[in-house]
Amino acid sequence: MGFAGWEMPVQYEGIRQEHLAVRTRAGAFDVSHMGQIETRGREAERFLQRLLSNDVAAIPDGGAQYSVLCREDGGVLDDLFTYRLGDRYLTVTNASNHARDLSWFTDHAGDFDVAVRDAADDYAMLALQGPEARAILSRHIEGGAPARMRAAHTRVAGVEALVCGTGYTGEDGVELLVPSERAESVWDALTGDGATPAGLGARDTLRLEVCFPLYGNDLTEERSPLEAGLGWCCKLDTGFIGSDALRGSEPADRLAPFAFTGPGIPRPGNPVSISGERGGVVTSGTLSPCLEIGIGMAYVPGEAAVPGTSVEIDVRGKPRAAEIRERPLYRKET
Amino acid sequence: MPESYPEHLLYHPEHDWAQIEGDVATFGITWYAQEALGEVVFVDPPEVGATTTANESYAEVESVKAVSDVFAPLSGEIVEVNTGLSDAPEKINDDPYGEGWLVKVRLSDPAERDSLLDVAAYRDLLADG
Repeated sequence: MGFAGWEMPVQYEGIRQEHLAVRTRAGAFDVSHMGQIETRGREAERFLQRLLSNDVAAIPDGGAQYSVLCREDGGVLDDLFTYRLGDRYLTVTNASNHARDLSWFTDHAGDFDVAVRDAADDYAMLALQGPEARAILSRHIEGGAPARMRAAHTRVAGVEALVCGTGYTGEDGVELLVPSERAESVWDALTGDGATPAGLGARDTLRLEVCFPLYGNDLTEERSPLEAGLGWCCKLDTGFIGSDALRGSEPADRLAPFAFTGPGIPRPGNPVSISGERGGVVTSGTLSPCLEIGIGMAYVPGEAAVPGTSVEIDVRGKPRAAEIRERPLYRKET
Repeated sequence: MPESYPEHLLYHPEHDWAQIEGDVATFGITWYAQEALGEVVFVDPPEVGATTTANESYAEVESVKAVSDVFAPLSGEIVEVNTGLSDAPEKINDDPYGEGWLVKVRLSDPAERDSLLDVAAYRDLLADG
């Protein structure tokens, strides 16, 4: 399947079994379509503080932070992880947004003493996720693996790697940035030692069960991070671009997770009704492999975005009963 | 199961099969269709008494990722639906010509069968891709 110019496997052996492998053991994903932007220079922190919604000054050396990139009006241009690595920052972009993000960075860099560089061609990106991910990694990594939300330069399977304690599945694990030409040997080492190859299909169902938004579906330029439930990573007093528009704004709609109470599978674009009135649209939907019911996220009016609210979702002409739920939709039994 | 196309079935180019017995036919999807779709996780069956029209969709089958229409090879009235698929839609993958059947239809125009493909013609169609 083509995706933003990349040939990506949607599935290897089947979405459901790959999904369950990640939840119960470990899975390996090739996410090399993700882009990277490197920022260096005397004013790198001040520059990123102006662009990114979170408090960049709070990232420790070797730390990771999630944020959104906003337009002046608060619309979301992308959601991103940024790593602080000594004298430089590395920001991971979504494939479809990479070129636009890079232009946004370079267009705004003129006012700062910084050097912005497209680093997407430097790296392939793999993710190793699941309860056994760290055990598998420990057999191939030099030294210890970084904790959650930390990053470390080391070697994995003999290959120079930036190992990051981040992911997009709701499981423990790491993401690995490795030189493109050596990625295959890292992949082979991990999948040869118990990690199930998992495709973009399972990546999508895994992230939706834990309600991580997907840019292009749940996040768009037309929606603010406050509507999307990402207010927690918007530090308005840092003065980032878009913060003036977001300050004091009370979003009319909210991105809310829901689950079907009967049969059916919601799909993006399905209309949502609340008390018989058209009141929103599904932005992500699938059959949850763990819960074995239809689940999704939809923008609905704020007053309806309350767990327990009954809604009806029109799936190609058939009304399906659903209920707004709390985040995350899936929680590991402890 | 391995790829197979039984000799005794008639095939529709949209990768459906029909087994005609008298004026009633059983419909399902072919091995090729279930393989292309991936693991079937939901079937939305039509109701008994509904009609099928040859070459038009009469049901939907869904994988985790996608929805596919199922096309009727022949026209008629649905007299039975495979209710077992509600709890075990994966039967369409495991046994597409047996337990994975979808509906039984009382045919309204049995002459339509002449437009369907025999196994050799269907295999040719698959080979031409």
